[in-house]
Amino acid sequence: MIMKKKYLKFAVPGFSGLCAFSIIAVVMFLILVLLINGVPHLSWEFLTSAPEQGMTAGGILPAIIGTFLLVLIMSIVGVPIGTITALYLSEYVCQGSRVVKIIRFAVNTLAGIPSIVYGLFGLGFFVQFVGLGIDKVLYGNVMVKWGQPNILWASMTMAVLTLPVVIVSVEEAIRTVPRELREASLALGATRWETIVKIVLPGCSQGIMTGTILAVSRGAGEVAPILFTGVAYFLPHLPSAFSDQFMSLGYHIYIMSTQSPDVAATRGIQYATTLVLLLLTFSFNMTAVIVRSRMRKKHSF
Amino acid sequence: MWDISQSVKCGELMNNEMQLHTESIVESSGIDYPLLSAKKELAEEKAAEPVRLGKKTFRPVEFVIERLIQVTAFFSLACIILIFIFVFREASSIFVVKEKVIEESVDGPQTYGEEALGGEILEEEVMLQEESQENLRFKNLLGNRWIPVSLNPQYGLIPLLLGSFNVALIALLIAAPISIFAALYTSTFAPKKIKEVVKPVVEILGGFPSVVIGFFALIIIASLAQQIFGLQYRLNALVGGIALSLAIIPVIFTISEDALNAVPHSYIEASLALGAQKWETALFVVLPSAMPGIFAALLLGMGRAIGETMIVLMATGNAAIATINPFSPVRTMAATIGAEMAEVVFGDVHYSVLFFIGALLFVISFLLNFTAETVVRKLVMRRYS
Repeated sequence: MIMKKKYLKFAVPGFSGLCAFSIIAVVMFLILVLLINGVPHLSWEFLTSAPEQGMTAGGILPAIIGTFLLVLIMSIVGVPIGTITALYLSEYVCQGSRVVKIIRFAVNTLAGIPSIVYGLFGLGFFVQFVGLGIDKVLYGNVMVKWGQPNILWASMTMAVLTLPVVIVSVEEAIRTVPRELREASLALGATRWETIVKIVLPGCSQGIMTGTILAVSRGAGEVAPILFTGVAYFLPHLPSAFSDQFMSLGYHIYIMSTQSPDVAATRGIQYATTLVLLLLTFSFNMTAVIVRSRMRKKHSF
Repeated sequence: MWDISQSVKCGELMNNEMQLHTESIVESSGIDYPLLSAKKELAEEKAAEPVRLGKKTFRPVEFVIERLIQVTAFFSLACIILIFIFVFREASSIFVVKEKVIEESVDGPQTYGEEALGGEILEEEVMLQEESQENLRFKNLLGNRWIPVSLNPQYGLIPLLLGSFNVALIALLIAAPISIFAALYTSTFAPKKIKEVVKPVVEILGGFPSVVIGFFALIIIASLAQQIFGLQYRLNALVGGIALSLAIIPVIFTISEDALNAVPHSYIEASLALGAQKWETALFVVLPSAMPGIFAALLLGMGRAIGETMIVLMATGNAAIATINPFSPVRTMAATIGAEMAEVVFGDVHYSVLFFIGALLFVISFLLNFTAETVVRKLVMRRYS
């Protein structure tokens, strides 16, 4: 018994430590493999040229720009809505009231829905219902312009997907604004809206930024929601209108590694594209972490 | 909030005065409670009015902004409802293909939620029409063959369900022990410096887009697994499960760690004071106390694993075989939607069945999340209150 205990004394921390280090090891291994295989293919040329020769050569510029436009429209749509929801939850209604509970429940549910279901929703609602509805009103039944997958509907779908991310980070930031500041503002005769604009929003601007960055990072990486709401395999030109389709980094990786005409020959491109996407999301996440820790430091007086 | 509370207080003060009068009336006349309350309200209004006039002026801009904010705040609720309606609407047409057409022609597309009301009368007509036309009944969905594209298409969901649970279970079996013990390590054993390495690394892993993990699975994990196990098929449920475990380790780790850290310090101190060693405290005191949280973490991990699309789409081989063999290629529900939705004709049976799978995923993940939240809240409340 004593022997067993002595053995366990080292085994339990040892095993749990091993588990922790195995996670680190796997992450390091994956990043290393990616760097070794991806970096040789990475060049300025690769980042700034379009795919050539039936996607077996050339760069990924359209995919980068497509991803950029996607997250841009997504943020323009999603961030204000998320911010306003967070403001409403923490400034306008009593905590613990039924309204708060209902909205929290909705946000939690949104966060838990699989991304592919968002894709279906985008297809069923934005493309089929809203898009075709607009077409019917504008062009009768003659032309289908909005009732097909495009960058606008993909961004909208992504905005709904990333809404919980924004709401949670902004709420967290609003909580760091001291109550005294708000009370002082109200005591000086400012209305509630004035207090929000002059006191609360400046106080949580970094939180809004964190939320935006996290949402962008999530949006840039997700592929499932845009599969049938706007992404394209290959496009000869860049998207120039809301009704255009677009290319995206994530989808490019998927399509190149599974359905490319010559999978083995394009392995270098695949690695490099993956590296670019990973660096992108990684740097976004890092920025968010830094901004957030600064925010916490600033307000911990 | 501030001026309201003030006015309420003033109202109360005035109300006390009024109450003296009303009480005397009530006492003389016997039981007349509704009248009393009505009078009270009246009195309150009368009392509050002059006070409010001085205090609160009506600000139209403020009012409009408040309403706008209120409406926007309900956007996420609206999204949930819209997702529910639109996914289930498209899915429901597999059962009521003809009925939908009839209903649309009669009273427009607004009656989707009311099939139960109008359905009974129409169902007989539907049954007649169904027999001649290609249609789908519920029992067809329970078949064990998924052959959507053929002359005689079959939409049995059993292989897809089995595939989803097969892969998710493998992922959970791998991810659960690793992440729970890693969380135990960082919360009890690890020195601060190591803690500050482990957590960010897990966060980095959590930030990996799923398509990147899918790519790793396709290229690296699949080859490794084939070499180690000598498998016939390069892509199979095991490879998908391993890749999926990478995606759910951050989920389980983060929530378990929170749960472990939330264990009251007094528990640990009591255990140590009774002479238990550190590992005994960790294993027999901290871990059991954090069980509800860990359970929630597992449920959420499971939900994520079942709903994950890109990883399984790239790594499981996508053959719809009804099997629980971990070394066989499988096709999951999410991957089926991802792979086939782009190629279906809008509105036909295949399209509806894919939406039905989506609705199923929605329900499964919702139930998992909901259980995780409510069960845990109850358990935690009971434990620490």
